[in-house]
Amino acid sequence: MSVRRVMGIETEYGVLQPGRPMANPMLLSSHVVAVHAAREPGRTKARWDYDDEDPLHDARGFHLQRASAHPSLLTDDPARPAPSGDGPLEVERPAVEEYEDPGAANVILTNGARLYVDHAHPEYSSPEVTNPLDAVLWDRAGELVMLSSVRALMSNPALPDVTLYKNNVDGKGATYGTHENYLVDRAVPFSDLAARITPFLVTRPVFAGAGRVGIGQRGEQAGFQLSQRADYVEAEVGLETTLRRPIVNTRDEPHADPARWRRLHVIVGDATMLEVATYLRLGTASLVLWLVERAVAEGGAGGALAAIDRLALRDPVGATHEVSHDLTLTTRLELVDGRRLTALEIQREYLDAVRSAIEHVGDEPDEQTADVLDRWGSLLDRLAQDPASCAREVEWLAKLRLLEGMRRRDRLAWDHPRLAAVDLQWSDVRPERGLYHRLVAAGAVETLVAPDQVERAVAHPPTDTRAYFRGEAVARYAGQISAASWDSVVFDVPGAATLQRVPMRDPLRGTQAHVGGLLEASPDAASLLAALGA
Amino acid sequence: MAGQERVHTRRDDEEPDDAPVPAAPSAQQRDADVDALLDEIDDVLESNAEQFVRGFVQKGGQ
Repeated sequence: MSVRRVMGIETEYGVLQPGRPMANPMLLSSHVVAVHAAREPGRTKARWDYDDEDPLHDARGFHLQRASAHPSLLTDDPARPAPSGDGPLEVERPAVEEYEDPGAANVILTNGARLYVDHAHPEYSSPEVTNPLDAVLWDRAGELVMLSSVRALMSNPALPDVTLYKNNVDGKGATYGTHENYLVDRAVPFSDLAARITPFLVTRPVFAGAGRVGIGQRGEQAGFQLSQRADYVEAEVGLETTLRRPIVNTRDEPHADPARWRRLHVIVGDATMLEVATYLRLGTASLVLWLVERAVAEGGAGGALAAIDRLALRDPVGATHEVSHDLTLTTRLELVDGRRLTALEIQREYLDAVRSAIEHVGDEPDEQTADVLDRWGSLLDRLAQDPASCAREVEWLAKLRLLEGMRRRDRLAWDHPRLAAVDLQWSDVRPERGLYHRLVAAGAVETLVAPDQVERAVAHPPTDTRAYFRGEAVARYAGQISAASWDSVVFDVPGAATLQRVPMRDPLRGTQAHVGGLLEASPDAASLLAALGA
Repeated sequence: MAGQERVHTRRDDEEPDDAPVPAAPSAQQRDADVDALLDEIDDVLESNAEQFVRGFVQKGGQ
């Protein structure tokens, strides 16, 4: 048992041109991405390979008709903006040049991430990693990728200045997402997965929320709440991500062999600057998924799941808002079985269930798993007794500490613009401007990864997933790659009759252990393909 | 920032083990710590907060 599983984080950043609120966000976002394309000329050629994408396939077993889908759901057609052991496949070379929408800027980074324009924001989709600490590392790398765009645009007088924010709301009604992705055993029925994870997702803002000034989608009411995203949750389960946002998203696009895996796409989480918050957000979710998988795969988790099944909430959407609005962490949520539990008590039930399933299995948890369990338990204890003691690890409390201090010192009411400014400037990616970064500099928050590790993760992929093959291929054979995606790299070798598509349907292959030697021995794409086809 | 009480400067750069469990400081100590942080932030906070907040307009996303 372990927190280990294939996971990743996608983050849409808030984008501004200082002093020009009417600036076109698509154009600004394109500039953010184009900086990286221009820096690596050989790489501009690589398009995103949409062949395996299917955003309209619903995990509940049906397929949304294209014509009836909201246009924002059509993410697989760039013309309208909104290695598994198999050998390379031959693909016909297009008769005319592929259509390249300048607005659909897209760069595949050498760390295996995708940087592109999604809707009206620059988005960094991290490479696939195998554990929550690596998720923190490559998520932090994304902040540096964005920072380097800010610096490059600021220093170029011919291009607009841009500032970027790792948050999820503008306080005027708009929200933009931070999505977590977890690979889950396909044997778990989707309805069980949705039912068992929902009370967990609804209550986890107590330790995973980023905090927000303003209550209501437009901040209609003055005040503070735990979560950036909670007020935008409007449905329990659904396919949409840009409207009627659900607690559990049903997009069934695993970017992997669909016979073996599904991808749980969590869209209700907050972008978090605090490393501990990101680490525990992914670590605890992975443990809950392990518990759910375990029950299916090995016929039970020692009865631990019965306790989880009794946590079903009477009104999950309403509870999402209640949890976020309750700074005292004492509001009782109504359960289907008639009990009334606090968010902390519900989280404690999940922790206890995971611990008892681990005892039932009898394995010794690995180091990172033990650490996640210890921290989860410690935070739940301290949040109940003395929440202020968690301000080094819990983002909403770190933010609230500043805000309450400013309110006390300057006698400000919650609707004062200085407080809203603190909330926004909190996540400015520039260390000299971002308030989170000022807290790091003052030693007021705990960090988990060292700056030199993050620098390395900007340029290099994780070694233990297929992101290794993707990132290394882009770094080594840039000019000979025509497209890539999560589960493919398409090579265009001069002189070859066709393009050659290398499928990567297994996220745990294409690792350094698997292809490192092959890459070292292949000076060019032609020799790599010859070796892969052998 | 001479003469100020600084909060903890310890950080866990290596392994995420031994989560620190700080002893609960007094309310006065906490206020002093926060005031020191606020002094740092005053220097970088947008000088025209109202204009900054009003101008922070985003289009929708996912």
